[in-house]
Amino acid sequence: MRNVRLIARLDIKGPNLIKGIHLEGLRVIGAPNEHALRYYQQGVDELIYMDCVASLYGRNNLREIVLGAAQDVFVPMTVGGGVRSVDDASDLLRCGADKVAINTAAVANPALISQIAQRFGTQCVVLSIEAKRIDHNRWEAYTDNGRERTGLDVIEWVRRGVALGAGEILLTSVDREGTRRGFDVPLVRAVTAEVSVPVIASGGMGKPEDLVEVVQQGQADAVAMADILHYQRASVKDIRQIAQTVGIPVRRYESG
Amino acid sequence: MNQDKVDVAIVDYGVGNLLSVRRGLEHCGVRVTVTNDPDTIVQAPRVVLPGVGAFTNGMAGLRRRGLDTVVRELARRGRPLLSICLGMQMLLDESDEFGCTAGLGLITGRVVMVPSVTSSGEPQKIPHIGWNALVFPPDRDSWKDTLLQDLEPGAAAYFVHSFMAHPADAHDRIADCIYGGISIPAVVGRGNVMGCQFHPEKSGQVGLRVLRTFLRM
Repeated sequence: MRNVRLIARLDIKGPNLIKGIHLEGLRVIGAPNEHALRYYQQGVDELIYMDCVASLYGRNNLREIVLGAAQDVFVPMTVGGGVRSVDDASDLLRCGADKVAINTAAVANPALISQIAQRFGTQCVVLSIEAKRIDHNRWEAYTDNGRERTGLDVIEWVRRGVALGAGEILLTSVDREGTRRGFDVPLVRAVTAEVSVPVIASGGMGKPEDLVEVVQQGQADAVAMADILHYQRASVKDIRQIAQTVGIPVRRYESG
Repeated sequence: MNQDKVDVAIVDYGVGNLLSVRRGLEHCGVRVTVTNDPDTIVQAPRVVLPGVGAFTNGMAGLRRRGLDTVVRELARRGRPLLSICLGMQMLLDESDEFGCTAGLGLITGRVVMVPSVTSSGEPQKIPHIGWNALVFPPDRDSWKDTLLQDLEPGAAAYFVHSFMAHPADAHDRIADCIYGGISIPAVVGRGNVMGCQFHPEKSGQVGLRVLRTFLRM
């Protein structure tokens, strides 16, 4: 089994790191890069920056924040929110991002997945999916922070996205996001069973044990954490230790 | 920037994002220039050859600017050269990527695709992406006086690649990582010519230690 990646997810609105519940009711946490630096120093494996209001305004405002992070943070960064074209992706990659995440624009124009993959490689393209449960073991993909329905079945959309060139899936459960009630494990398992590319489980991590469940039962390749880190209910180090204790392979990390 | 005071030149031959490499080096306290100017590169005390993407494009990018000759020349002069990812692969004689393309020929060997089956015959994901541990190759038990002298075996670095460099001479093979049971060369070196398959600029403290070691060589 490959090392399970521990990822800090930073949702951004304007200049602020924010946190919502079900991706809504956004509350300001603080300065994004102060948090990013702290998670980096705690040994986080990757960072995800998401511009939460980008789709609303039709642009990504993370350029400056990502440029700032690239000054002091030396782990891979994924940036998403409002990426609408190959040029948008190119711009973020030049600012220090390693991958771009796309959701709304990919739903509107699935060919964008292939275009970015052909230009920069599939490893650069993360398909971001906001999933809401609509029935027993059925989920619908949403956009715009879980506000807009797409009519797309999550499993079918994932399959199609990977066929088009998505190298990774960021799978956010809108139902669990910000609730601290644990991940939607059946959702994660349904998606990991379907595709061979890595799946990042996002939404609901309330305690380190939630990670164990989504990795062991959901077969998640990576776990995105927000609330639990932002409110300092656990550190990346604590979470890494618990994963190691139960035998989940994680990167060996030494500080200094 | 005053060229006389540059500590490291990063070779810019039109591929990839050089910001993170630059920042990684600057973080280690040195003055860096990103350049495609042969004179600046030849005069720099240390040179970094970065790179992502396809081998053929990379070599074409170097040749178009005459930088293949420049890199060979400074290797010959004993200048410390650190090549990263595709840069490391280009150090070898040739690559299988898209037929057969000649490399810089500074380290004897070939570049081949990462096997798409594991040692036990299971399908495996290509590219190889993620954090993986650096270990001793079969014929080595020390990293003394190498790029990894400040690291312990098992330290993890960040990899993103589909092809791998296979040095013909075991002495040139400094470190491996294991992917699907298969040994992949992770660091190569022959004297002043060094390469790492992983991205030191994305490998946290481990990567920064590698950069600091390079800056002392």
